Amino acid sequence: MRMPEPDAGIIARRSDIIAGLRKIVPGEGVIVDEDELRVYECDGLSAYRQLPLIVVLPETTAQVSAILSFCLAEGVKIVPRGAGTSLAGGTLPLADGVTVGLGKFNRILDIDYENRVVVAQSGVTNLGISDAVRHRGFYYAPDPSSQIACSIGGNVSTNSGGVHSLKYGLTTNNLLGLEMVLINGEVVHLGGKHLDSEGYDLLGLMTGSEGLLGIITEVTVRILQKPECARALLIGFSSNESAGDCVAAIIGAGIIPGGMEMMDKPAIHAAEDFVHAGYPRDVEALLIVEADGPEAEVEHLIERIEAIAKESGAVNVRISRDEEERLKFWAGRKAAFPAIGRISPDYYCMDGTIPRNKLAQVLKRIGALSKEYGLGVANVFHAGDGNLHPLILYDANKPGELEAVEEMGAKILRLCVEVGGVLTGEHGVGIEKRDLMDTMFTEDDLKQQQRVKCAFDDGHLLNPGKVYPTLHRCAELGRVHVHRGQFRFPDLPRF
Amino acid sequence: MTETLTPETAEQVLETVQWAAAEETPLEVMGAGSKRAYGRPSPAAHRLDLKALSGIELYEPMELVMSAKAATPLADIDAALAENRQRLGFEPADLGPLLGTGAGAGTICGAVICNLSGPGRIKAGAARDHILGFHAVSGRGGRFKSGGRVVKNVTGFDLSKLMAGSFGTLAVMTDVTVKVMPEPEETRTVLVLGAGDAQAVKAMSEALNSAFEISAAAHLPAGVAAVSAVASVAAAGAAVTALRVEGPEPSVVYRAEALKALLEAYGNREELDTAESLAFWRQVRDVGFFVADGPEAGQAQVWRLSVPPAEGAGVAARILDAADGRVFYDWGGGLLWLALAPRPDGGHEAVRGAIGDGGGHATLVRADADVRAAVPVFQPQPEPLARLTARVKEAFDPKGVLNPGRMYEGV
Ligand SMILES: Cc1cc2nc3c(=O)[nH]c(=O)nc-3n(C[C@H](O)[C@H](O)[C@@H](O)COP(=O)(O)OP(=O)(O)OC[C@H]3O[C@@H](n4cnc5c(N)ncnc54)[C@H](O)[C@@H]3O)c2cc1C
Ligand SMILES: Cc1cc2nc3c(=O)[nH]c(=O)nc-3n(C[C@H](O)[C@H](O)[C@H](O)COP(=O)(O)OP(=O)(O)OC[C@H]3O[C@@H](n4cnc5c(N)ncnc54)[C@H](O)[C@@H]3O)c2cc1C
Repeated sequence: MRMPEPDAGIIARRSDIIAGLRKIVPGEGVIVDEDELRVYECDGLSAYRQLPLIVVLPETTAQVSAILSFCLAEGVKIVPRGAGTSLAGGTLPLADGVTVGLGKFNRILDIDYENRVVVAQSGVTNLGISDAVRHRGFYYAPDPSSQIACSIGGNVSTNSGGVHSLKYGLTTNNLLGLEMVLINGEVVHLGGKHLDSEGYDLLGLMTGSEGLLGIITEVTVRILQKPECARALLIGFSSNESAGDCVAAIIGAGIIPGGMEMMDKPAIHAAEDFVHAGYPRDVEALLIVEADGPEAEVEHLIERIEAIAKESGAVNVRISRDEEERLKFWAGRKAAFPAIGRISPDYYCMDGTIPRNKLAQVLKRIGALSKEYGLGVANVFHAGDGNLHPLILYDANKPGELEAVEEMGAKILRLCVEVGGVLTGEHGVGIEKRDLMDTMFTEDDLKQQQRVKCAFDDGHLLNPGKVYPTLHRCAELGRVHVHRGQFRFPDLPRF
Repeated sequence: MTETLTPETAEQVLETVQWAAAEETPLEVMGAGSKRAYGRPSPAAHRLDLKALSGIELYEPMELVMSAKAATPLADIDAALAENRQRLGFEPADLGPLLGTGAGAGTICGAVICNLSGPGRIKAGAARDHILGFHAVSGRGGRFKSGGRVVKNVTGFDLSKLMAGSFGTLAVMTDVTVKVMPEPEETRTVLVLGAGDAQAVKAMSEALNSAFEISAAAHLPAGVAAVSAVASVAAAGAAVTALRVEGPEPSVVYRAEALKALLEAYGNREELDTAESLAFWRQVRDVGFFVADGPEAGQAQVWRLSVPPAEGAGVAARILDAADGRVFYDWGGGLLWLALAPRPDGGHEAVRGAIGDGGGHATLVRADADVRAAVPVFQPQPEPLARLTARVKEAFDPKGVLNPGRMYEGV
């Protein structure tokens, strides 16, 4: 993984840059000592590490604005960082770049039940928002597994999802407004407590933009009332095919469950060993399907789903009898990552999306790759929306193993694209999938995306080296190639 | 001389736009032209009519996905979906009758590019939430795509969002892939009769704050309810606040009853069955109440405001204190449709001035062309945002050949 060559001139000016930043953020907000910088050297993709030039932790939007203006004037690169749980290396520091951490943006600014929104600073955790409104029966719907730790600003930047996104949407569908700071220090407000932002949907564009377009300081999200009740089914299958058929049949019957998750045998065993959720060990695939809503609806849906499961060849169906049991069903799935962490020194979490009906085919080919590389794989799958998380088991201390994992991972992602899917469903491109972007996009597609980047940051100072494999100069991208000449389409019908 | 160019393939669209970019000749992009009267009049030299780019290219009901060429009529899409008891979740409006261009002409990309969404917006999302991917030709004369055919996707910038609501000023979409949704088994509407606007917004807020999964919430003051297409609503002789519940039958029956109990304090309650509900909400979606005072009948000017829902009634009251007209509310009070007596300046300062500090925006949806040319049709943007908007336009269409000025002067 090659990052842009660090600029020695910037590194040489480090103490001037520190002095400049200290004028903006006094005291401990500017971090320069090596041991303290070490905390920021990586994110959830810990195979890649780099000490940042400097870390700055602003507390106000005015400080963020001043930091960005200063960095623009000095030509210093910036890496925005929320909680650093990115699994794609989105916050990997730069040796010649300032990491701007939003950890101190940790206040909830407004809870407005009448309009059903919460306004929060961008460093507030995802769960922090739900916690703040829980006593009134509300919650914030997108629920990434990392929700205790990850920040709402990071969620926006990666368009995070969770097990309930099938019914309640991803971050982008639950976001109403943003305050953000552009590289030139200008503060822009997008949307608000009303629906659909005026003009171009820059709110939608910012969602999933991985820190490349600006720094998000404030977020307005929609909150929902908790459903009256929820019940889950645990459905075992003797093959991945029949589990896949069952998912298709449920959706095909017009049912959008509150959640629909799948695990394969290695994931089932690891989770069961870890949390004793009561998962059957003798099945090849396990589905957890949740119905939520009023009692009457849940009863009705559970009955229908159970019937569909049996028609699809389920060998094992259990329905949660009470809340405790429902949570137990989920406990295994929610702990799947740490459970895998127990059985293998390291694991590499992939994040492709595929059309649902390609599941069995893709799992078969992943199984073949697993044999070919001699590396174990456990699969957990947001089955309802086709988002697949193969976890490749390896040992980073064995020479060459990480490289083999990355090669195998790249093959899995190419496979996702080949069957009509995409490279990343919710973790983002970061550095991890950067060099695979050309499997999905042509040079022209990527250039058009970068022209949008140029509209926000024409000096490529915000998070360079992430998402796009090649950084084209904005002046070059802006040039229009003129196709002058005679009217070139004499055959075109016209009136 | 104005020509209408009618490319038949994406390749021909590319050649046309490349030619226009080279000649710096502006084009007016047209789906079916059903919304031509929407937005600022565009000074384009030629028309780019996409009607030949029509047809559903992929529809997999079990995968809830459909791809169609740009100008595929919404009517064709609806028909194909209905065969599988599915629908477009964003309920695109047919504003043709309101705008005086006739019913049933809209195209899929026309709906998407205007980010049209109906009453279901509050639960199911807007058009922008349902686009999975697209192919397009930028104003620079370059082909590009974005997104794909799956819902979960953060691979690169989400340009689909940027297309929705761009009114054809950035790129010409040649096809689009959308998420489709199952048709609900059953639909019922609970009506509360006789609530004043402010009370009605409170009632809708209470309902939306419940766990009953309201899929639409509208309020028709008495004068608007009187022209309802549903006989029992028109005959009510009172304001009508309407809450829609959709889903499996036992759930819908239960929720409708629970809502009636919840809203007891707000007035007498009635219920519409599935067929009546569909007719009721179609009229709300298409702003059918304001069709009759359209072009022939003195042309009331029609405004559309999106505001924080709890502020809806206050905003409307401020506008109607100073102007003659009528209002109705959708989106739980967050979407105001106003028909105002015509004024040369559309009353735009008073309308926009009524939006409080809580934010929001106002669009002049129907007015004579000279009014739309003189008055900002879309909400004017504050400076840093306006500059950013101009830079985004430049990133796609540096020569300003696609629908120039349709949204903002110079964009
Ligand atoms: C400014 C404006 C605001 C509107 N606001 C609302 C609203 O708030 N709510 C509502 O329900 N309806 C609204 N409408 C109406 C809505 O646009 C129409 O009903 C739409 O669905 C008609 O589809 P059409 O195919 O006839 O589009 P047309 O009328 O042909 O085109 C509509 C717009 O889309 C552009 N366009 C069409 N096809 C493409 C394409 N393939 N690529 C790029 N651009 C394309 C056109 O240039 C034009 O700007 C609005 C319309 C306009 C013009
Ligand atoms: C155990 C585990 C489980 C996970 N499960 C899920 C899951 O279920 N679903 C899911 O979607 N993700 C999951 N993730 C991934 C990760 O938690 C999400 O991507 C999350 O949204 C990142 O938030 P963060 O605050 O940690 O952002 P960071 O990691 O700090 O940053 C992520 C990206 O956003 C940018 N960024 C962060 N904050 C800002 C800001 N304020 N302004 C501008 N740019 C910013 C960064 O530059 C970077 O590109 C998981 C991660 C772990 C470690």
